[in-house]
Amino acid sequence: MSKQVKQLDRVIIRFAGDSGDGMQLTGDRFTQESAAWGNDLSTLPNFPAEIRAPQGTLPGVSSFQVHFADHDILTPGDAPDVLVAMNPAALKANLGDLPKGAAIIVDTHDFTTRNLTKAGYAANPLEDDSLAEFAVHELDLTGMTVEAVKEFGLSRKDAARAKNMFALGLLSWMYGRPTETTVAFLEKRFAKVPDIRDANIMAFNKGWHFGETTEAFVVSYEVKPAPMPPGTYRNITGNLALAYGLVAGGVQSGLPVFLGSYPITPASDILHELSKHKGFGVTTLQAEDEIAGIGAAIGASFAGHLGVTTTSGPGIALKSEALGLAVMTELPLLVIDVQRGGPSTGLPTKTEQADLLQAMFGRNGESPVPIVAPQSPGDCFDAALEAVRIAITYRTPVMLLSDGMLANGSEPWRIPEVAELPEIDPKFATETNHTTTDKTGEEKAEFWPYLRDEETLARPWAIPGTPGLEHRIGGLEKGDGHGNISYDPANHDFMVRTRQAKVDRIADSLPPLEVDDPSGAAKVLVLGWGSTYGPIGAGVRRVRKAGYHVAQVHLRHLNPFPNDLGEILKRYDKVLIPEMNLGQLSLLLRGKYLVDAIGYNQVNGMPLKAAALADAIGTLVGEAEGIEVELVATDAKTKEARR
Amino acid sequence: MSTTALPFPGLRGVPEADEKQTAKEFTSDQEVRWCPGCGDYAVLKAVQGFLPELGIRRENVVFVSGIGCSSRFPYYLDTYGMHSIHGRAPSIATGIATAREDLSVFVVTGDGDALSIGGNHLIHALRRNVNMTILLFNNRIYGLTKGQYSPTSEAGKVTKSTPMGSLDHPFNPVSLALGAEGSFVARTIDSDRKHLTSVLSAAAAHRGTSFVEIYQNCPIFNDGAFDAIKSPDTKADAIIPLVDGEQIRFGAERQYGVVRDQDTGSVHAVEVADVAEKDLLVHDAHSPDPTTAFALSRLTDNGVLHRAPIGIFRAVERPTYDDQAREQVTTAHAAAPGEPADKLAALISGGDTWTVV
Ligand code: SF4
Repeated sequence: MSKQVKQLDRVIIRFAGDSGDGMQLTGDRFTQESAAWGNDLSTLPNFPAEIRAPQGTLPGVSSFQVHFADHDILTPGDAPDVLVAMNPAALKANLGDLPKGAAIIVDTHDFTTRNLTKAGYAANPLEDDSLAEFAVHELDLTGMTVEAVKEFGLSRKDAARAKNMFALGLLSWMYGRPTETTVAFLEKRFAKVPDIRDANIMAFNKGWHFGETTEAFVVSYEVKPAPMPPGTYRNITGNLALAYGLVAGGVQSGLPVFLGSYPITPASDILHELSKHKGFGVTTLQAEDEIAGIGAAIGASFAGHLGVTTTSGPGIALKSEALGLAVMTELPLLVIDVQRGGPSTGLPTKTEQADLLQAMFGRNGESPVPIVAPQSPGDCFDAALEAVRIAITYRTPVMLLSDGMLANGSEPWRIPEVAELPEIDPKFATETNHTTTDKTGEEKAEFWPYLRDEETLARPWAIPGTPGLEHRIGGLEKGDGHGNISYDPANHDFMVRTRQAKVDRIADSLPPLEVDDPSGAAKVLVLGWGSTYGPIGAGVRRVRKAGYHVAQVHLRHLNPFPNDLGEILKRYDKVLIPEMNLGQLSLLLRGKYLVDAIGYNQVNGMPLKAAALADAIGTLVGEAEGIEVELVATDAKTKEARR
Repeated sequence: MSTTALPFPGLRGVPEADEKQTAKEFTSDQEVRWCPGCGDYAVLKAVQGFLPELGIRRENVVFVSGIGCSSRFPYYLDTYGMHSIHGRAPSIATGIATAREDLSVFVVTGDGDALSIGGNHLIHALRRNVNMTILLFNNRIYGLTKGQYSPTSEAGKVTKSTPMGSLDHPFNPVSLALGAEGSFVARTIDSDRKHLTSVLSAAAAHRGTSFVEIYQNCPIFNDGAFDAIKSPDTKADAIIPLVDGEQIRFGAERQYGVVRDQDTGSVHAVEVADVAEKDLLVHDAHSPDPTTAFALSRLTDNGVLHRAPIGIFRAVERPTYDDQAREQVTTAHAAAPGEPADKLAALISGGDTWTVV
C-alpha cells in the first residue's frame, strides 16, 4: 500500500511510559536515528528520582522529548506534537502539555480498571470524549509485540518488554528514520542474550512494518536534513561532552587528570565516563564523601596533576571549606557543579540554575572563584577546556556550572579538530626565584611560592620532587611573596585584594562578547547564562520573526564578567535576564553595573519555554519602543508583506 | 632521577638521596611555636632525626596536616608540605600518594582532627590502604581551641565545655584503626625517642597506610595524662611492650604476662607465677587475623590511663590502593598506545557520526 508522505519542517515527539518501560532508551535511539538522518535536534529527558517508582503510577512516569527539524533549532520544544503513551499514567501525566490537535499514540494494553485507578482515572479516557481535541491512535502495542516475538519462546513478561522497540519501529516508519543504527545497537547491547536480542530486533522491524501496512496511519512524514556547517557530527549529551572536555584538558595541558568524586545525580555520569579513560592517564577516585573527593583532587593538584571534582549543589555545600583552601593555596582545580533543583536534596533529577550565588559567594571570607558556564550540551566540551585554561594559567580553583538539562539533554555536535584546541602550558616552576641576603651578607637563592607573575598575578606551581623548591602552603594567611604564615594586618589586606585582583585579571584574557543585534536598532537586550541559551535564542527569534528588534548576549564567564559587559549593558534601554532561579545573575549585574536588570524567572525544575519567554520579550519591546507588540498577528502580517 | 630500590617496601619508587642528608637540612627556617614543654617538640626532633635515615631525597617527602596544635608540624620541616583544613589531611594525602609513586607521604594529625571532625577520612584511608604514614598525636584534649574534651578524653572529664563532666565515651584509636582494616597499627610515646624512632621507621618502611598513635603530653590543658606510663616509678608496670615474636611480659621484674581467656577470646594481664608458661601470649604482629591485635588493644585503659600496650600491634601486607590505581592506569595505557592527540581525536569522534559537506 503506498501512502502519502507529508513534508514537515519540525516535529516534537515525547515518549512516555513507566520507569521500567525503557523510554529513555527509546528516545535516545530515535534521537540517534534522527541525528544519522541529518536533522538538527535537541532532547529533554525527564525521569523520576526514584529508581523504580511504583509501577503504573504518576510518580513512576518517565519521558523523553525529542525535537528534530530541517533547520537549526535551539530547544527541545515547548509542547509535543506527538505523545507516545505506554500506559494510563503516562497519558495522564503528559496530557496537560499537549496543544490542541496533537497526536497521541497510546498502548491500550494497560488500560485496565486496575491501572486506570492507579493512574487516578475514574473512567477510561479512551472511552469518553475527554481526548476529543486530539488525534488519538489506540493500538495494542504490547499485544502486537508479544505476538510478533512468539517464535523466540520468551516468557510473556520478557516478550512484552520489547514493546518499546515496537513503538520505536512504528515511529521510525512514521518519520522515515534510518533503522541501521538501531539494529546495530541492539545487536551489540544484547549480544550475550541472543533470544532477547532477536526479539527486540524483531519487535522493532514489526513496528515499522505495522506502520507501513496498517490503515490506522494513512500518512507518513518527512523532515528533511538541516543544513549545517560542514564537518563531522555526532549526537552528544552534556555530561559526555564535559567528560571529553576534561580528557581534552589533560591532553592539551600534558597533565594527568585526577578526578575525586562522590556519586550524585545528575553528575555521576561524568565519573562513570572518566573512569573509562584511564588509557589517557586519567585517575578516578570514588571518595568516601564529597569533602574527600575535593580533598583528593587538591592533593593531586599539589602533586602536579589536573585535580577535578564533580558534583551537584548539595555536594558543593559540603566542598565549600576545601574550595576555600584551594583559593588560599592558589592551586589549579576544577569544580564541576551539575546544578539540580534545590535547596537541600531538592529535585535531584530536575534542572535549575540556582547555584550561581553559591558558586560566587558560598565560602567564608573574601574567596573569589572564577565561574564558567556552558550554554548547550555540546558546548560543555569547550566550557570544560576553558575552565582548565583558567585554572592552570591563573593557579586557581574554577567552578563550572552545568545543569540537569545540559547534562542529560543532547544535540548534534560538530566534532572539533584536535589540532585546533588550545594548548595549555602548566609552566611548572623548576628554579629558585628570589635571592635573600643573610646576616653574614651571604646571598642565598630561595624559592618563594607566592611571588607572582606580573601579568596574571599567578603564583608559581612547584611540585614535590623538584629539588630546591621545597615549600609549605596551607589555609592560614600567607605573607606576600615568601608565603610563610603571616598575621600582619596590612599583609592580609594586601593578600585579600591580590587574590581578588588575580581573578579580575582573567577578564583581560577573554574575547569581546558576541552581541547578537542584527538590525542594530534594538532597545531591549536579553542577557542570559547557561542552559537558558536555547529558550532565549528561540524566544528572540520569534520576536524578530514578528518584525521587532531585540538583542541577545549570552555569558560564558560569570566571574569575572567580560570587560565589555558594562558598556554593552549601557547601550540598551531595557535589559531582560531570564533565569531558572529567582534572579541571581540580575542581582550580580545590579550590584556591579547599577543596571536596572529585569528578571524573567522560573523555578519549576523544567527548562524555560520559548513561547512564554517571547511574550515577555515582546512586552518589554513594546514598553521600550512605545508600540503595541503582537507576536502572532504581526507574524502573519510580515508574511503577507513578504509575499 | 635515580629510583634505586630502597630496602623498605613503603619507599619503593621514591628516589634515593645522592648523599647522606642531615637533620639540619630537614629543618625549616620557621620558628617553632608550640608551648614550652609541649610533647610535640620531642616528636619533631625525632622526625627530623629519622627522616635523613630513610635515605630518600628531601624534595620527595611531603607532610600533610589538618588543624590543631600538632598540625603546625609541616612548617617546621624543610620538605614539601601542606597545612590543610580540619580533619581532611588523609583525603588530601590520598590524592598526593595516588598521583605520585615517587613521593613519601606523611600525615600529621591529632585526636580531634583525626577522630572527631575527620573520622570518616581516617577510616577510609585505612580501609583503602593508601601508601602513607599517619602520625596521630593523642593528647586526649583540644589544645588549639583551649582545652575542651576530645574524642579520646576519659568520660567525666571536666573541661570548659563540660563543667559537670563530659558524657562521651572515648575512642581507643588503636582499636578503631584495627577495626578499619588498618594494615599497620602501632602506638608509641612522645618522650621515648628510641621507641618513637623505631616505630616511625617501621611505619615508613611499611607499604600501605601506617597508623601510629603517639601519646603526647599537653602540659597546658591536660598535663600528666600519661604520667603513669612516663614516670620512672610506675612505667614498668604501666607499659605493656609489644615485640614481635616475643612473649608479652612487663613489670619491673617482668612478673606480668598476658594470657587469653579461653571462654571469650579476650586477653588479660596476669602474674606470670600464676599461669603455665605455655599459656603466656607471644606477640605476632604479622598474623593475618587481627583478632588478637584487637584484643591486645583493649588492654588500654579508656578512663584515666594506668596501663597501655606500646609497640606495633599489627603489620601485615595487603595490596595498596595507590599501587593498584596506578596499575590500572598503566594497564589501560598499554592497551591503548599512540599519541595522546590521536587518541583524543579517536575518542571524541567515536559513536555514531555523520558528515556534512
Ligand atoms: S596547647 Fe598543649 S598541645 Fe598545644 S602546643 Fe600547647 S602544650 Fe602543645
